[in-house]
Amino acid sequence: MRVTVTVNGAETHAEIEGRLLLIHYLRDNLGLTGSHWGCDTSNCGACTVWLDGVPVKSCTTLAAMADGHEVRTVEGLEVDGVLDPLQQGFMEEHGLQCGFCTPGMLMTIRALLDRDPNPDEATIREAISGNLCRCTGYENIVRATRWAAAHEAAARTAHQEEALV
Amino acid sequence: MQVPPPFEYQRAGTVDEAIALLDRHGPEARLLAGGHSLLPMMKLRLARPETLIDINGLSELDYIRRDGDEIAIGAMTRHASVLASALLAEHYHIFVEAERVIADPLVRNRGTVGGSICHADPSEDLSAVFAALRGNAVIRSARGSRTVALRDFHVGPYETVVGAGEMLTEVRVPIRTRTGSAFEKVERRAGDWSIAAAGAFVQLDGDMVADVGIGITAVGAEQFTCVEAEEALRGRAASDEAVAAAASSCAAGCRPSADQRGPEDYKRHLVGVLVARVLHRSIASARGGVA
Ligand SMILES: Cc1cc2nc3c(=O)[nH]c(=O)nc-3n(C[C@H](O)[C@H](O)[C@H](O)COP(=O)(O)OP(=O)(O)OC[C@H]3O[C@@H](n4cnc5c(N)ncnc54)[C@H](O)[C@@H]3O)c2cc1C
Ligand code: FES
Ligand code: FES
Repeated sequence: MRVTVTVNGAETHAEIEGRLLLIHYLRDNLGLTGSHWGCDTSNCGACTVWLDGVPVKSCTTLAAMADGHEVRTVEGLEVDGVLDPLQQGFMEEHGLQCGFCTPGMLMTIRALLDRDPNPDEATIREAISGNLCRCTGYENIVRATRWAAAHEAAARTAHQEEALV
Repeated sequence: MQVPPPFEYQRAGTVDEAIALLDRHGPEARLLAGGHSLLPMMKLRLARPETLIDINGLSELDYIRRDGDEIAIGAMTRHASVLASALLAEHYHIFVEAERVIADPLVRNRGTVGGSICHADPSEDLSAVFAALRGNAVIRSARGSRTVALRDFHVGPYETVVGAGEMLTEVRVPIRTRTGSAFEKVERRAGDWSIAAAGAFVQLDGDMVADVGIGITAVGAEQFTCVEAEEALRGRAASDEAVAAAASSCAAGCRPSADQRGPEDYKRHLVGVLVARVLHRSIASARGGVA
């Protein structure tokens, strides 16, 4: 079947089999290998991408289900060479070690921060409970999230002050 | 690498279209809701449908609303929407408590109410919630619609009364006054299936139990409930003794099997403890006027 999927703002087209999973469409058809393919059993969250703005596990979603819809992957976080504050937070706070879980973590947490700009630790841990990390013990991931939340709040304040001047 | 076996992909935009596609493609066709039970089963070749009918475009079935003295929940309502529903939280806190511990936030963004109860996994949590609340299922086909009590819905593991050419469109639960409800689950780790879980509602009349519903899952209980335990409470004073009697009746009446989640006697023990807890908490919130 023929599908049209908007990925990170750009329309993509392909002739695919109905059974093709979204993760494979992204990685193999489009070469977007940022989204990782981990457990394959809907458990680890390494494959998390946004489908119409909502984080989902792309190993448990058919590419056909994204036909006519919008997908955002980790590649879509950086804009014009500027990292998303959350990506920066992961660098500053050492939010990754091997990095395998990181793309999924970033997509899940970006959605959280968009909804709740100042989440407490319990909220962060609950939000990432479908994303497994085998390296960091989650501590630094929580710190990285807090770093991004603080920097985004500061940026908003600066922006408002600028508007007042 | 796990991929589903080949199938023909079809998409429905309305309930009528979905039903027409079910009729056209016959018994080897399956509806595809969130896909979070069906696709994993297909990857393992535990299911091999010839046709999948994608019903994610059926926004007409994505709702939670008050309808007279009932709450109606559309089959395509995602777990995340159930968890976020102020209407459900107001009347039945059991939904909030159950949804918090169903899978993880990502699965809850996709998995649906309809998919959950139609999949009919014997460890499914919402089935226990609906059994406790004595909800009804609305099932539609080309011949019209019929309503089945959720306590008559499950035929066995992975089998329901939804027949060929039929689909579940809605679940309905009656609104009750002076009622409290609760859900408790024991799991091995966050996001896992229940080792055992229990839910209940209690409706009070003075200090008497006017009505009660109990749901239990993952322990082989007939229709996810225990009628004897409910009878032990209904019409009695809401006392510690009556709760203890109901809880031990549930523990004795269920039929758990030993598996990687634990031995039989452990699960039976959990049922006793969890049923007692949800009954106590339901009574307390019914007294306090909180759902
Ligand atoms: C990692 C993970 C953890 C999970 N943990 C839990 C848990 O702790 N507790 C729990 O209860 N569940 C758990 N689940 C199950 C999850 O809640 C279900 O996968 C999901 O809710 C099923 O809904 P779905 O929309 O994905 O159904 P699908 O997978 O799309 O469908 C399931 C079945 O129902 C049929 N169906 C779907 N909609 C209809 C309809 N309207 N009418 C008739 N038939 C229909 C389909 O044809 C299919 O046979 C977990 C799942 C995963 C992947
Ligand atoms: S690869 Fe999708 S959840 Fe693990
Ligand atoms: S950084 Fe290695 S799995 Fe998370």
